[in-house]
Amino acid sequence: MKKDTLSEKKKHKPARHPADESYLRLVFRRFVHHRLAAVSLIVLGVIVSAALLAPIIAPYDPQDIAGPFAQPPSGSFWLGTDQIGRDMLSRLLYATRISLLVGVMATAISTAIGVLLGLIAGYFGGAADMIIMRFTDMVMSFPYILLVLVAAAIFRPGLVSIILILGFVDWPGIARLVRGNVLGLRETNFVKGSLVAGMPLRHILFSEILPNTVAPILVYATSVLALSILDEAALSFLGQGVQPPTASLGNMLNGAQSLTVLTTQPWLWLPPGLIIICIVIAINFIGDALRDALDPNGGK
Amino acid sequence: MQDTQNIPLIEIRNLKKYYPVKGGILPHTVGWVRAVDDVSFSMMRGETLGLVGESGCGKSTIGRLLVGLEEPTEGRIFYQGRDLSTLRKNPKEMRRIRTRLQMIFQDPYSSLNPRKQIYEILAQPMLYHEISRRDTIHRDLRRLLDMVGLPETVLGKYPHEFSGGQRQRIGIARALSLHPEFIVCDEPVSALDVSIQAQILNLLKELQAELKLTLLFIGHGLGAVSYVSQRIAVMYLGGIVEYGDAQELFAHPAHPYTKALLDAVPIPDPAEKNRPRQLLQGEIGSSAAPPDGCRFHPRCPWARPQCKNTRPPLQKVCSDPAKQSAFSHDTACPYGQEGSLSEWENIS
Repeated sequence: MKKDTLSEKKKHKPARHPADESYLRLVFRRFVHHRLAAVSLIVLGVIVSAALLAPIIAPYDPQDIAGPFAQPPSGSFWLGTDQIGRDMLSRLLYATRISLLVGVMATAISTAIGVLLGLIAGYFGGAADMIIMRFTDMVMSFPYILLVLVAAAIFRPGLVSIILILGFVDWPGIARLVRGNVLGLRETNFVKGSLVAGMPLRHILFSEILPNTVAPILVYATSVLALSILDEAALSFLGQGVQPPTASLGNMLNGAQSLTVLTTQPWLWLPPGLIIICIVIAINFIGDALRDALDPNGGK
Repeated sequence: MQDTQNIPLIEIRNLKKYYPVKGGILPHTVGWVRAVDDVSFSMMRGETLGLVGESGCGKSTIGRLLVGLEEPTEGRIFYQGRDLSTLRKNPKEMRRIRTRLQMIFQDPYSSLNPRKQIYEILAQPMLYHEISRRDTIHRDLRRLLDMVGLPETVLGKYPHEFSGGQRQRIGIARALSLHPEFIVCDEPVSALDVSIQAQILNLLKELQAELKLTLLFIGHGLGAVSYVSQRIAVMYLGGIVEYGDAQELFAHPAHPYTKALLDAVPIPDPAEKNRPRQLLQGEIGSSAAPPDGCRFHPRCPWARPQCKNTRPPLQKVCSDPAKQSAFSHDTACPYGQEGSLSEWENIS
């Protein structure tokens, strides 16, 4: 009995003294509580650092014809070579780099657009809200992949255009999310207090309101990141994304369009496919754990 | 030029605030909620006016109108004789005047940004308005915290680390930080524990005397309001029904609503248990469809046929000019004067 109360006391201690712990520390502790998310973070960390270190660790130049074509994995070519004899491992490392770059940049652009439009719509309301939200609905209701394909056909396909295209179609979700939060925050007393104190609009929007809606934005952005990487893969697979000879995870899968490759040369499409799956699943798990960890009403 | 001493610091004239009620399949305005309906009063420098009334009578709306959180539908607000609505065209001057009119909020839990340290909450407005500079801010903040009775160590903490009373002190410090002349206290103690309420009320009273502040103290508890206020205005359904010096108003309530409010205050004395009391029947009316004539007549124990037709204006209670100068006391009930009071007693 005595032992029980003692252990209970111990258990409750962190909850009773949240003041002793900084907010970020608390979030981190709740985050690693999710085993899957912790593993995902490690997996993603390995993939990202391998991609970043590609120029150092890649055994060959990804564009160079390094050996005989269509070789299965061997001692000198760990993942084999492609149809024109380039080293698959080196290409895979550089491809991951490009795909992550596209994902991160597209997410950054769509988050920036979404946050800005959401803040304006939510804070000002009225006509601004009406126009912005109808425009958002419009973008949302468009068949997504079709829009991207058309855009990719109009603009010259390539790294920059794919980043811009994905960045400009992924923002509506964030805009809606931010708008909803701002509608609530606008009425809080601390925002009213700032207004009474005569603070300028930029202070109220970016210093009072935005920090209080960062957590949901962060969670949503992780799913946008996963989606962007998938969309890049889909577009490149269809030949409208990143253009060869630059390797991306999507255009490496391009080869799998041929039945012979699909059935007899699995080393050409299996590794990039697996990497895409790993990245997307890891990001989604991390997003889930972040949502729980950042929830102010969550337990310890 | 008039002598500034005789110009009220704050004066509102025929202030109205109507909110549209949207309805229908295609949303359009189907009616108006008359939150504040034709209210006028003035406050001299250093005066504390208490504003009492039931929830929803429009008292908080008056507070928000005064600090510029809402735009009046009609009517004027004067600050030191200058019309605030014309000042809006001059943003720089408006911003300067805004700092002079501050507010203390009811709920100390939602009035501080949970993501900011107390230092940021207090320092940012002071630095923005150049009331303090980077090199003097710490000295100024120390002085400010000292005034509201908080230690300097609070600066590095976040709002969730404080109790309600401490938060309200921080809220008061924020209002004071911009050196205001006028502060709207919107039910500053009603969210606090009873034991803390007295501390905060005393703090407000001290600060008011020390800094020569003019306070509009909004509350629904007569006790707290009368403790800090020299004058009291009683509101019912968007309008002031009685206005006067606190002591006079308590001693001789001239409006049936005020009398009912006073009777509703519990007295902690068993001997008083069976005192005759006038308790109100029914609910406060709707400000979307206020009753015609006197707003109070459906609940008035004492209504006469003519009360249903015309809305009585505020008028002096005492007709004796010699006594009038000694105190001010206005009522919106023409039957609440000395002569009719006996009649009141008979009915109740």
